[in-house]
Amino acid sequence: MAHVKMKVNGREMGASVEGRTLLSSYLRDLLGLTGTHVGCDTSQCGACVVLVNGQAIKSCTAFAADLDGAEVTTVEGMANSDGSLGRIQQAFQDYHGLQCGFCTPGMVMSTAALLAENPKPTEEEVRHYLEGNICRCTGYQNIVRAVMAASGQDAGALAAE
Amino acid sequence: MHNFEFVKPSTLAEAVAALGTDEAQPLSGGQTLIPSMKARLNAPGVLVSLTGIAELKGVCREGDTLVIGAATTHATVAADAAADFPGLAALAGQIGDPAVRNRGTIGGSLANNDPSACYPSAALGTGATIVTNAREIAADDYFQGMFTTALEEGEIITSIRFPIPQRAAYAKFLQPASRFALTGVFVAQYAAGVRVAVTGASEGGVFRWAEAEAALSAQFNADAVAGLSHPADGMISDLHGTSEYRAHLVRVMTQRAVRAAQ
Ligand SMILES: Cc1cc2nc3c(=O)[nH]c(=O)nc-3n(C[C@H](O)[C@H](O)[C@H](O)COP(=O)(O)OP(=O)(O)OC[C@H]3O[C@@H](n4cnc5c(N)ncnc54)[C@H](O)[C@@H]3O)c2cc1C
Ligand code: FES
Ligand code: FES
Repeated sequence: MAHVKMKVNGREMGASVEGRTLLSSYLRDLLGLTGTHVGCDTSQCGACVVLVNGQAIKSCTAFAADLDGAEVTTVEGMANSDGSLGRIQQAFQDYHGLQCGFCTPGMVMSTAALLAENPKPTEEEVRHYLEGNICRCTGYQNIVRAVMAASGQDAGALAAE
Repeated sequence: MHNFEFVKPSTLAEAVAALGTDEAQPLSGGQTLIPSMKARLNAPGVLVSLTGIAELKGVCREGDTLVIGAATTHATVAADAAADFPGLAALAGQIGDPAVRNRGTIGGSLANNDPSACYPSAALGTGATIVTNAREIAADDYFQGMFTTALEEGEIITSIRFPIPQRAAYAKFLQPASRFALTGVFVAQYAAGVRVAVTGASEGGVFRWAEAEAALSAQFNADAVAGLSHPADGMISDLHGTSEYRAHLVRVMTQRAVRAAQ
């Protein structure tokens, strides 16, 4: 067992891990941050996406021990400091960008990574960037709307409709 | 997943030493290895992470050669090779999805040699050199069939040296569920001639299409290969496409790559 420390959502945290402990399990089972979801567990669906040192990665496909010392942001870290929904989360609520909500943590984190790189993406860029985030419910239209709204753009008409 | 001992050296020498032990295996981006360990197709006793070794990372131009460290992620290649070798940067930017590109590495992709992976076509299509801790291997000798390479047990790829072409492009016909190539073609033009490498299509893994190379070396435009057809023998046939379908795609994607080459 090795002791692995990370700065998670701005707080120093740590836990003892085995070699095989995945980042998803470190966050959920050891740190109790169950906002990060595990869908496929085979790096296909993107429900488990978190930011590591600012980059979106699939937490089910990285070992915690390999990320000792990293800065991690999970969906819990997307809320405002008073606990109210952050900008991206609020846009997902306003535009009904979810149905069952299982894919939502990954969608929100991928959106955060996209908007950090590209603050005003086109609809096509949004769809392309979210390629690795699979939603079984919504048909994506309202997710794309939410991302457009979160970037301060017109969420009204989507070309693909 | 079976448990293992995890080590994370900070120099290549330490990594080579750690890989000298029985049942040790390198871990790069983990985008292939971790899923295969979960499926128990792979159960190393010791996993040696290459992600903490600075000398294995980065993109750097040396004259007419672009040198890329084995542990450089697809996202870094997409960004940092764009000025010197746009065709290669574009290939890297089409691999998987953003999260896969932020972890997956060029060395891991070439070591794995998946028959549908993108990078093998660029390495073979440019006549790149695969540099390891022990030797230099020409791409023409390196790829030895699906998931099979010239690498020995414990040998680590350290960098890949790409001769920078006059123009080049990769055309990928996406298999949308896996996001790998159903068929992908890399075309590169050099003063000495044109190279064409095909991935995703053959049961033998990545291969060069000699007829198209000859036609394009004589005349570099999409019409030069319009009359060619690749035989369907030995092409992959699965629920995504028959061998005839893939053979047809070989020509179509070659033409698209030629049109896109810049
Ligand atoms: C959803 C998804 C979509 C993908 N889409 C594509 C795609 O479109 N095109 C594509 O080409 N690939 C695709 N991939 C594969 C991806 O590019 C992987 O990153 C890559 O194949 C393996 O690289 P890695 O760094 O993750 O290697 P790892 O998984 O860490 O390792 C793979 C193998 O290589 C060995 N190895 C790693 N580094 C070295 C080294 N330096 N020297 C010797 N051996 C080494 C390991 O021991 C292991 O056997 C996809 C993967 C996923 C999960
Ligand atoms: S749970 Fe990680 S990609 Fe699906
Ligand atoms: S809202 Fe149910 S999977 Fe996306």
